[in-house]
Amino acid sequence: MAKANEIKYLTAIKTEKPKKKFCRFKKYGIRYVDYKDTEFLKKFVNEQGKLLPRRLTGNSLKYQRKVSDAVKKARQMALLPYVTDLLK
Amino acid sequence: MNNYELMVIFTPVLSEDEFKAAQKKYTDFIVENGGTVVHSNPWGLKSLAYPVQKKTTGIYWVLEYTAPSSFNEKLKIQILRDDNIMRHMATALDKYAVEYNAKKRSGVPTGTEKAEI
Repeated sequence: MAKANEIKYLTAIKTEKPKKKFCRFKKYGIRYVDYKDTEFLKKFVNEQGKLLPRRLTGNSLKYQRKVSDAVKKARQMALLPYVTDLLK
Repeated sequence: MNNYELMVIFTPVLSEDEFKAAQKKYTDFIVENGGTVVHSNPWGLKSLAYPVQKKTTGIYWVLEYTAPSSFNEKLKIQILRDDNIMRHMATALDKYAVEYNAKKRSGVPTGTEKAEI
């Protein structure tokens, strides 16, 4: 019984090179996250309308907090749903 | 004199002239209390993301104004007394927010367009 590490693959496992993540707010010089701009906020929310974590959005801590505040304000003013399916 | 932004959702049954009258009432209330209206932006009838008070649509109105810091409490009392307002939110604007709104109005790209994920 070949042990796990002895399994040889014919071709190397194609590991998708992780895309270099950058904080788009620093790169594009955005200083304010507008809670009314739902198209922009939808980039930071997944299908169910939940906030994406920093490791996926690549934001720096300062701007991730601003994004989360803006999303919560948008949810309060019924611009974004609290929970839904197939938001995009 | 700080910068504030008020967003208000009216009930959809409001007619056009009632909506205008309500806008005028609040802008007069601001000016009368020593504030100045920077920009009033009625969005009109929009569908809500989830039903509020059993209604699925609402009339949105965004108002940007400057006012003394003691003013918002009085405004809140007025809004809570008004029953054809479903929801309201007054947010303080820092200098980046004011600059963002000015840019947004004058059509200068604010950088959020090209910020792809």
